[in-house]
Amino acid sequence: MTTTTDQTDDIVLEARGVTKHFPVRRTGRDLVARHRRTVHAVDDVSLQLRRSTVTALVGESGSGKSTVARLLSQLYPLTDGEIQLEGKAVKAGRGRSFRSYVRQVQLIFQDPFASLNPVHTVRYHLTRSLRIHGREATGAELAALLERVQLTPAAQYLDKFPHELSGGQRQRVAIARALGADPKVLLADEPVSMLDVSIRLGVLNLLRDLKERLHLAILYITHDIASARYFADTTLVMYAGRIVEGGDSETVTQRPAHPYTQLLIASAPDPDRVVAEEEQEETGSGEPPSLIAPPAGCRFHPRCPKAMERCRTELPPRFDLADGQWAACWLYADGADTTDTVGDHEKEAAK
Amino acid sequence: MSEPVLTISGLNVDYGTGDAAVHALRDIDLTLHRGEVLGLAGESGSGKSTLAYAVTRLLSPPGVITGGEVHYHQRDGEALDLLTLTAPELRAFRWQELSIVFQGAMNSLNPVHTVHSQLTDVLKAHRPEMKRAERTARAVELLSLVGISADRLSAYPHQLSGGMRQRVMIAMALALEPEIVIMDEPTTALDVVMQRQILRQLVKLREELGFSVVFITHDISLLIEFSDRIAIMYGGRIVEEAGASDIYRDPCHPYSDGLLHSFPALHGPRRELTGIPGSPPHLSAMPDGCAFHPRCGKALDPCATQVPVLARPDGDGSRTVACWLHQPTPATAAPRS
Ligand SMILES: Nc1ncnc2c1ncn2[C@@H]1O[C@H](COP(=O)(O)OP(=O)(O)OP(=O)(O)O)[C@@H](O)[C@H]1O
Ligand SMILES: Nc1ncnc2c1ncn2[C@@H]1O[C@H](COP(=O)(O)OP(=O)(O)O)[C@@H](O)[C@H]1O
Ligand code: SF4
Ligand code: SF4
Ligand SMILES: [Mg+2]
Ligand SMILES: [Mg+2]
Repeated sequence: MTTTTDQTDDIVLEARGVTKHFPVRRTGRDLVARHRRTVHAVDDVSLQLRRSTVTALVGESGSGKSTVARLLSQLYPLTDGEIQLEGKAVKAGRGRSFRSYVRQVQLIFQDPFASLNPVHTVRYHLTRSLRIHGREATGAELAALLERVQLTPAAQYLDKFPHELSGGQRQRVAIARALGADPKVLLADEPVSMLDVSIRLGVLNLLRDLKERLHLAILYITHDIASARYFADTTLVMYAGRIVEGGDSETVTQRPAHPYTQLLIASAPDPDRVVAEEEQEETGSGEPPSLIAPPAGCRFHPRCPKAMERCRTELPPRFDLADGQWAACWLYADGADTTDTVGDHEKEAAK
Repeated sequence: MSEPVLTISGLNVDYGTGDAAVHALRDIDLTLHRGEVLGLAGESGSGKSTLAYAVTRLLSPPGVITGGEVHYHQRDGEALDLLTLTAPELRAFRWQELSIVFQGAMNSLNPVHTVHSQLTDVLKAHRPEMKRAERTARAVELLSLVGISADRLSAYPHQLSGGMRQRVMIAMALALEPEIVIMDEPTTALDVVMQRQILRQLVKLREELGFSVVFITHDISLLIEFSDRIAIMYGGRIVEEAGASDIYRDPCHPYSDGLLHSFPALHGPRRELTGIPGSPPHLSAMPDGCAFHPRCGKALDPCATQVPVLARPDGDGSRTVACWLHQPTPATAAPRS
């Protein structure tokens, strides 16, 4: 899948084996026992963001999605691994190269109220963003930015304070501010989960439109896998700090391979669900594990209805399936590259 | 449909008084039947929580009930007017007959007390005749009802996950076997896997214990799956009420239809998502006429000036809708009394 050259050319931002462990405040007992406990928030995450592509990162709360976004935007130092922007390894540090990185990789947060300063107008936020990134802040530039996020006529919005805008308008201003840097990558961390249901769609359509017109590479972080089906080209599924499945969004949502993705999909609200409760029991239950002492082997094994002996001890690597889909699960171990396994997988998904 | 257990009629609630007053609830008529799950949907600010607080008399200033009636129907047929209960009567009524699980309730457990002591305190207050051992036995029983094992009794709230804390709150709400349980966004802070586990447990318990549920959320697809009937709120009014499958298959109100077309579907063919233009109104600047008219693609002449009231659309006795598309427009209508 990643072998042809034009596809590698398309990669704007890439994470290779990115890992983040946070130290846990030590208790007296840890000191005596000389333990150093850490939260394994993100382990060995590799992903590629391509030009003109929306990649969704889906997972339960606490699975490490926001930490991935913060690592990609250099807000935290990495514990291990490497980040490459357009094929060049990014070095930790603050100076000029850091500023240039931040200009190219912009982060948008969940809460548009918290991310805009309440005492400043829209004009101030946008002017500042343009200036910081060395661009001129003429009236025409400001109007063009607002137009890109469909806040028109611009004059009606420029002198408003954040509290005078609706949630959807605030999130559009936050996006316009990010665009002020003329970035190549947008990292959007749950950009609509704090917005009213009826206005979410507009913001998601806007992101898709920006991907097409400005050829941005967008990481769309969400806990709503149905929205990934509609708005992302590629979907990655994260569980307890690791990415467990990836592929084209339609394939991942319609033929999920990993038992965790299957659980996530079986749990999503579905008005068409015919009550076939017994079937649902099979998908598993329980809750995500502690990340201080994550389970050995496959992190999903304590909840997995299909767990085998080796799942308890051996970490499953990534197995490639058909059409660019892959899963980190031992179910796909035997000759994963042969058509045989693809057959198995289809049987699995058809159940 | 079974007999009513709670009837709300003409309920009005304001925040503030005099010139500063804004109308948060207007002319709410709603009936909860025995044993049913009634879903209440609407965007934030539409008045869902205000309704839950007003009905349970938990509304605190500047909120004031300015009109209407709320009746609770006991099993023997006698009706209690909830808006005139005295403070001691109210205390006996809450928990005993009606309990409520609030938005973010899982954060309202007392952090310095164990699950055991918080569950048994409710029993101690309302069932003074129970012995200590009986209270503990009941607490174990309640936890097992919501799928938590007895060994968590001695846990403090911070030792439990969010989903378990929320289930403890639900266990507490069921402690005195109330007739009505009101849940205000009980699972919004949880993820989908936990949300489904809790809701399935609740629906199962409802079948075993026979209570009624008012289930409030902004997630209409969740409501369609888990409730029997659904009422949709917009701008402080109920704009449509019908059976869950009727709302899903054939919404009458353009706002209900817009809500249904705002959620991407996980299964089936990809549908076109039309969404709803504009954004929800503010209480202080509620549009005249039908509050939805500035966002409605089907608005007619009277919509901007005349408020449509809840009425039965032609030939259908089981549902109501407040929209000029479904009733004679004022020019041709007989004067209303
Ligand atoms: N600064 C920090 N110090 C210690 N632990 C942290 C820190 N930031 C995050 N964590 C932990 O890392 C894990 C992943 O957190 P993260 O915020 O990335 O999850 P998430 O998937 O974004 O969840 P949500 O959907 O709730 O936002 C959690 O267990 C969290 O408690
Ligand atoms: N204490 C208060 N003072 C003034 N307005 C309030 C207060 N509490 C709620 N409101 C307003 O009442 C409306 C309905 O609120 P609420 O019932 O909480 O809505 P929902 O639960 O549907 O999100 C909102 O516009 C909200 O801003
Ligand atoms: S590796 Fe084993 S435990 Fe993990 S998801 Fe696959 S079958 Fe389940
Ligand atoms: S009353 Fe008029 S504006 Fe309101 S929903 Fe019906 S058609 Fe639309
Ligand atoms: Mg997060
Ligand atoms: Mg509310």
